[in-house]
Amino acid sequence: MADTYKETTATASPGSNWQLAKYGLIGILFFVVLLAALGWVTAQLEAGTKSERAVDYATNTITLALSSEPPQLDSTRATDMVSGMLLGHVMEGLLRYGPDNDLIAGMAESWDVGQMGGTFKIRQDAFWSNGTQVTAHDFVFAWRTAVNPETASQYAFILFPIKNAQSINNGEMPLTDLGAKAVDDFTLEVELERPTPYFLKLLAFPTYFPINEEFYNSTDGRYGADAEDLLYNGPFEITRWVHDASIRLDKNETYWNEEQTKLDALDFAYIISDANATLNLFATEKIVYAGLNSENLERALKNRWRIKQHVDGSVFFLEINHLPERITSNYNLRKALQLVHDPAELVYKVMKLPGNLPGESLFPVWLKGVNGNFRDEYPGPKYVPNEEKAREHLALALEELGVEELPPLMLLAGDNPVSNKQSEYYQSVYKEKLGIDVKIDKQIFKQRLAKMTSGDFDLVAAGWGPDYDDVLTFGDLFASWNLNNRGHYVNEELDRHVAIAQSSSDPVERMEAMDRVQQILHDDVAILIQYERGSVYVSDDRVQGVTRRSVGTDPDYTRAYIVQGP
Amino acid sequence: MSEFSFKPIAHDADVEEKSRPSLSYWKDAWLRLKANKRAFASLFVVLGMLAFAFVGPFVWRVDHSVQRLDFTSKPPWADRNAVIAQPYVAWDGVVAPEPTGDNLAPETLEVVGEATTNSVRLKWDAVRNAEGYRVYRHVLRPLTGEPLGLPLGGTKSRTAVSFEDRLDIKPTTYWYSVVALDDQGTEFPEATTITVDVTLTTTVLTAIEQGWIDEADAGDLVPGSRFQLPWHPLGTDYLGRDLLARLMKGAQVSLFIGIVAPFLFVIAGVVYGSISGFLGRSVDHILMRFADFVIALPFLLFMILFKLLFGIGPGESGILPMLVALVLLSWPGAARLVRGEILQIREEGYVEASRLLGTKTPRLILRHMIPNTMGVVLVTFTFAVPSTIFTEAFLSFIGMGVTAPTPSWGAMCNDGIKTMETTPHELIFPALFISITVLAFNLLGDGLRDALDARMRYGE
Amino acid sequence: MTKYILWRLVQGVVTVWFIATATFFVMHNIPGDPLADDKAVSEEIRENLERKMGLDKPVLQQYVIYMGNMLRGDFGLSFQHENRRVNEIIRQHFPVSAILGILAIVIAGLGGVMWGALTALYRNRWPDIVIILLVILGISVPSFVFATVGQLALVTINKIAGIEVLPVAGWGTIAHMLVPALVLGLGTMAFLTRLMRTSMLEIVSADFIRTARAKGVPMAQIFSKHQLRNAVLPVVTVLGPSIAGITTGGFVVENVFGIPGLGRYFVLAVQQNDYGVIMGTTVFYGAFLVLMVILVDILYAVIDPRVRLE
Repeated sequence: MADTYKETTATASPGSNWQLAKYGLIGILFFVVLLAALGWVTAQLEAGTKSERAVDYATNTITLALSSEPPQLDSTRATDMVSGMLLGHVMEGLLRYGPDNDLIAGMAESWDVGQMGGTFKIRQDAFWSNGTQVTAHDFVFAWRTAVNPETASQYAFILFPIKNAQSINNGEMPLTDLGAKAVDDFTLEVELERPTPYFLKLLAFPTYFPINEEFYNSTDGRYGADAEDLLYNGPFEITRWVHDASIRLDKNETYWNEEQTKLDALDFAYIISDANATLNLFATEKIVYAGLNSENLERALKNRWRIKQHVDGSVFFLEINHLPERITSNYNLRKALQLVHDPAELVYKVMKLPGNLPGESLFPVWLKGVNGNFRDEYPGPKYVPNEEKAREHLALALEELGVEELPPLMLLAGDNPVSNKQSEYYQSVYKEKLGIDVKIDKQIFKQRLAKMTSGDFDLVAAGWGPDYDDVLTFGDLFASWNLNNRGHYVNEELDRHVAIAQSSSDPVERMEAMDRVQQILHDDVAILIQYERGSVYVSDDRVQGVTRRSVGTDPDYTRAYIVQGP
Repeated sequence: MSEFSFKPIAHDADVEEKSRPSLSYWKDAWLRLKANKRAFASLFVVLGMLAFAFVGPFVWRVDHSVQRLDFTSKPPWADRNAVIAQPYVAWDGVVAPEPTGDNLAPETLEVVGEATTNSVRLKWDAVRNAEGYRVYRHVLRPLTGEPLGLPLGGTKSRTAVSFEDRLDIKPTTYWYSVVALDDQGTEFPEATTITVDVTLTTTVLTAIEQGWIDEADAGDLVPGSRFQLPWHPLGTDYLGRDLLARLMKGAQVSLFIGIVAPFLFVIAGVVYGSISGFLGRSVDHILMRFADFVIALPFLLFMILFKLLFGIGPGESGILPMLVALVLLSWPGAARLVRGEILQIREEGYVEASRLLGTKTPRLILRHMIPNTMGVVLVTFTFAVPSTIFTEAFLSFIGMGVTAPTPSWGAMCNDGIKTMETTPHELIFPALFISITVLAFNLLGDGLRDALDARMRYGE
Repeated sequence: MTKYILWRLVQGVVTVWFIATATFFVMHNIPGDPLADDKAVSEEIRENLERKMGLDKPVLQQYVIYMGNMLRGDFGLSFQHENRRVNEIIRQHFPVSAILGILAIVIAGLGGVMWGALTALYRNRWPDIVIILLVILGISVPSFVFATVGQLALVTINKIAGIEVLPVAGWGTIAHMLVPALVLGLGTMAFLTRLMRTSMLEIVSADFIRTARAKGVPMAQIFSKHQLRNAVLPVVTVLGPSIAGITTGGFVVENVFGIPGLGRYFVLAVQQNDYGVIMGTTVFYGAFLVLMVILVDILYAVIDPRVRLE
């Protein structure tokens, strides 16, 4: 068979070459026409990003990338960091964080706050982007919407210091009972449920932002879904929002302090989660900012880019399940786990990213204390990993539990690369040093949350980012009533100290209570502190005046400006 | 013509005799396969991969899960000459007297003790008006006016003039710079830079823990003596695990899924298809409609949904859910094919003949129909293997496949692709293994098709 | 013909119903809580959320409601993007995936036919060998490796050229599409090249070619009139399944190149247990693929007169 084939096989002859070229030409022509058509359709759909240069002098615009699309920009329901960052640019609460991370006047031009409430004067030169004035009613409406059980806002709890907010949220009281009243258009009166020394600090948080009632109702349930379904009272306004592709912020001319805004536009021209792709955009000067991770750090160094560091404010820890049916409710076992837990090794050898600090306390180093930083004033527990002591505790634990060998520990973890690394590390450490088997239970986000809520774990990696600039944003996390205390840790003494910090107006008393909390958490091994998250990033030197924060809008471009580059 | 005109043929033994030895279908196929050099070589590559996966771990007896955090992401050719160091003791740092000079950067900057892969300790002179210091580390010599490198951290007081770097130190040359900060945290315009050569170190304790030496021999190793670290023929991964051992373990996972899943769904397809094809008519119609439905399910989307549906418990690898999902979604292809074959074979003369001779239905199916579809089935199976390996790799790559710490080639690619530029070996090796295997199965499939099925043969 | 098409469409509708039902029940049995989020919420708020999303009713009732809405073409609300409808999400993002997919399939199809024809013509000579080597690469290297490597290559090219030859990521112009589409279509192109090559070589030995040669028809004419046309047929048959692979396989490419397509939404939706989007995208994709397969079958009958639609 094979022999006869050879004879008849058509081989390249001048004729067939010419034919092939003809077909090839037709093919190419078809391809070009198709390309043009697709290009035209894409342009009509306006589904894309207009990719400009990172810094555009002519239009006074900088281009950036977002790591994910904000689910929606309704300030009463926003929970994620991207939404918070965007809202911080386009909206403004009664107060806002200034360039030095201090609280400054926002919509409120003056305020008078006492133990149980206060009065806020809304500035009369504050306007919404449609020209209507921002009034006290807008705040009352927004806050009522946020605590309205129908809204089902996850952040309703942050309004609970306001009188009756919690009862309303539980559906026990009508909305009108909320302790926030508009005395007149420009006077807002707030009553508090109990003394809340940190109340002012809450006011810069997005859930406290105002919403124009008339506009809200006119959007027919779509408030915050698109650029035109929002009103803006902040330094910028969203002029174009192409979902999952780009969000463009233009300077808001109606903003009361508009001369402070130096840039004409912030163009978030890309929504891209892949870290390497984002860095590629930075490398080709398409965006002015890119976060780094331990994997692409070396690339940034070899390119001689300027690397900067920032403490993002979050603290990460392993939560331990304290439910009595779990072996981890045994103190000695927990102590053994703690004594071989070396945050320094985790940070330096596993995570390998500068900026992350080995965790020592639930309270991160940047939190303010009485006068200076809380951790400078109350350094917290110091401990050194000690394998020998750990094994002693383990022996005790085995005895108390009445077992020869420990059943494997369930480590519930996320499905991202960082948590993979960590879980694999813990599995190896506990096996090597204590002979304890750790089973990794890797789950995607919602399943992990479900398992956390139902208590189906021994250890779970979790983190907490600050909502407001006060020790209590971390301090009440492991109070027995806190729903985020997923390990169900119960300690009456800790609860008592949290209660003190919640209502005492004496800063020293509050800080001392919090010092006790960090001590208890360590001594009783309520959790294992892993690290304080930091980030390293590269940014374009031509953009200056960017404020980085641990609490609030981060990064904050409201006062950023462009300088002439080399 | 009378009946006597016919005479029975005398039994002639020579008629049965053949000029060539009789070749069974399979023997013939085997000879054809052997003649096809590419396919035959691929067969050996496939066998080699299987040996690599299942025999390899007995030859290369390194635990794939042992981490060596001081030897992470090392290529195969990395220097392994280590120096034994003292066990790590925390360092309190240095406090300097108030500065006297008025320079803007520390006058001196030096390394305290040895610069090792475990820690580099720096100390410098205090700077007047400084309220703190920031320490940088670079892998290149910083140029004037250019960035100083990686900000490692710093101190918050004028007299706190020391810093200990423990962050993922590699045995290479670093340029450390110290720059003073004012009370606003702004850097002074000048910096002091030194070059530091870091030596690769390990400790006696690590050596014992990792099992490189016996505890009895530990006495020979005094701090300062040289020690040859064990060899990693393909380097290590991001947690310092042996890449060769992980590739072997990953081969087990990838090949297991890649071979067992197609095997199961092809079997399922054969059963389903032959029932459908043999019974024919309305049963056939209903069964085939159902197969059409399953084919219409968007494959990857349903792979992901099924994977989540079956869930992966703690400590489980996720291999089983993936296997089940693959079988549930992939059987109709084979079923259709087999049914088509059966429909054809049903009409063949020898089946008819066999039926006339009184062969019962089960025997008919088992003896005549299924063996005659085997060629097609084997070819389908061989081509299903590479595409299944790809599917597994793809799902593991997007984080929907096997779970850590179970390695698979796809998951390893996912880990390696992030550091493609700096440590390419972490991507190249697993990607190479995927490629070679997929290619081998494809070529073997080509060869088998040519060898087994005359109708499917192509002109080569 | 019309009767056949109608019959196929009816079948298609039933198939889509099957897909929707399968998706619905698979999804509702996925462990995890679609309404849970980072911050824990009280029972009351949870109940409100459940009511809002219609999860408080029995599953069967939800199924009936969902099917009813789907018949009216309404896929409901997204759980994650609370104020957006799934219809809106599909409308905005599917065209992007489709454009990318069309381009990829065209690149794969044209390229496959061209390279395949070339290799067959230059059999065992250097163009054949070079192309076959590239095909081997295309078949054996996973697409996600191509995506990352492709983007890195773009960065390098732009850097060397000193200007932006092609953008490294983003969407909006033809320039944005080329490399992602190529990356997406590469595997299929390699597959089609191989198919085309074998198909070309097989046809050479067909009787009608021999007849044509015997009659003295010039080689060039045999090539274009008989060989090429007939060899393309098998390529057309596999286009249907290839479309499926390309449109759904796009999410890595979409992710790496920052393309606002539907594939990216699906993966995110799965991770967030966003029932609305999971249902919507799966059913929509399923329906789309069913339609494509029908179209390819009809197309096949149009090209090849030997095939009769019944």
